[in-house]
Amino acid sequence: MAGEAGRGMSAGRDVKIKIEHVVKEYHGDHGTTVALNGVDLDIWENEFVCVVGPSGCGKSTLLNILAGLHEATSGECRLDGKPIKGTGVERGVVFQQYALFPWQTVIQNVMFGPQMKRLPKAECEAIARKYIKMVGLEDFEDSFPKELSGGMKQRVAIARAYANDPEVLLMDEPFGALDAQTRAQLQTELLKTWEQEQKTCFFITHDVDEAVLLAQRVVIMSARPGRIKRIVDIDIPYPRDQATKSDPRFMELKAQIWNEVYQEYLEVRK
Amino acid sequence: MSKVKQAKRPLSKAEKRSKLINWSWLLVSLVVALIVWFCLSKGERTGRSFPFVPAVIDGMKTMLDRDALLGDFASSMISVALGFSLGFVTALPMAFLMAWYTPVRKIIEPWINFIRNIPALAYAPLVVIMLGVGRTPSVVLIWICTFMTMCITIFHGIRNIDNTLVKAARVLGANDMDIFFRITLPATVPFILTAVRLGLSAALTTLLAAESTGAQAGLGMRIRTLQTTFETNAMLGYIILIGIIGTLLNIFVDFIERRLTSWQEKREEA
Repeated sequence: MAGEAGRGMSAGRDVKIKIEHVVKEYHGDHGTTVALNGVDLDIWENEFVCVVGPSGCGKSTLLNILAGLHEATSGECRLDGKPIKGTGVERGVVFQQYALFPWQTVIQNVMFGPQMKRLPKAECEAIARKYIKMVGLEDFEDSFPKELSGGMKQRVAIARAYANDPEVLLMDEPFGALDAQTRAQLQTELLKTWEQEQKTCFFITHDVDEAVLLAQRVVIMSARPGRIKRIVDIDIPYPRDQATKSDPRFMELKAQIWNEVYQEYLEVRK
Repeated sequence: MSKVKQAKRPLSKAEKRSKLINWSWLLVSLVVALIVWFCLSKGERTGRSFPFVPAVIDGMKTMLDRDALLGDFASSMISVALGFSLGFVTALPMAFLMAWYTPVRKIIEPWINFIRNIPALAYAPLVVIMLGVGRTPSVVLIWICTFMTMCITIFHGIRNIDNTLVKAARVLGANDMDIFFRITLPATVPFILTAVRLGLSAALTTLLAAESTGAQAGLGMRIRTLQTTFETNAMLGYIILIGIIGTLLNIFVDFIERRLTSWQEKREEA
């Protein structure tokens, strides 16, 4: 169960997101499916949390509830003590399928958030340029998504999320569709960005390597019914990069977490 | 949408070549058609129905001399333009209503699917009995046919909009209005253009039925009268003319499509 994990690292920090007894049920044609069955988790301000677990353990459901796109059947999520109701610009989301607006250029995509805040056009453009630069796509401002590679598309999506200056970044397997090299590069970039401009990150992945590399805490979820099985502190100091993957402590933690996830996977297959 | 900038760059050698190859094939297709046509014109029986090019041109000249051709052409184009326009301005909102409100869809969709399979010629007399002879019934018949085709096409387009795009817009702070104008509408444009293409084609194929309603002039009406006098030269000319009009309209829609939906990911042609 969730428990009081993250003691050492959480000292003196504020709870940013509080997830309390969250249950989510779907009522379909084949009866009721329990996606989440009583999830409790505290996420600290500026913390990087990764959630791993087999497919169908409800990790995406949890993210959707935090984003305000789905509603919990019971239980509650709070952001800075206030219950989460609906979407909000203080919570940015990066989707696995990029979700770029294909009829808009890179800069138009990144400007979308600021425009929704009804900021003046010049300001929207300035903000967009700043974050396009952050992800290194200055030369592609006027390109359409179809002209970009998968990695570039996801960079645009990250810039778009950042352009709203959210307090929390919710990422749903953002690098899941990318090849190994591009993924490694984007992981490194994300680490750098997070170290510079700290935000609370809630990052879903099924890649244990990725989770251990990025996160301060890795949350392992168990399937059927979806709940938190264990939380592992990743006590590897930042800055981290791809070289961290050959650190003995990294390999130890990775093996441990991988085993647990695999056990869960086998449970699901039964 | 209006801001779509198209990079004007010279065609590469490969593109030029593939363009040339496409045009060559079109030419080959045309030549083969002429050969087949020529053979048909030489056959004893087939020759009665398929006089060759000089005879057809002769026939069309006669129609010009009789002061019929231009009038027929204008009359048909007016009916098509009116019927199609009415079809379009009614199909578009109806498609949105069907996509948004389940009761509307549940009631209307079966009607359209039912009527769509009935040839317009079959219910043309009903329209005449109701509205009298003249242009009105022609326009109404074209309206009905184009409406059904376009409504269904646009409706399916709206339903197929990628929901992640809507979600992405929502989490960036878009309200319902923003979603409609910045997501739903641009995402529907390709389907609207497909609907226009199918609608124009439906308008032309309905022409004969539409002008069987006591029209004073018109390509469809003329084809029927020429039937009774066995003037196959002019008749074939008129038939080909309808085909040419259809092709030109198609090229026109292609042109608009390229301008408005260049952002789309095109599937590679085999």
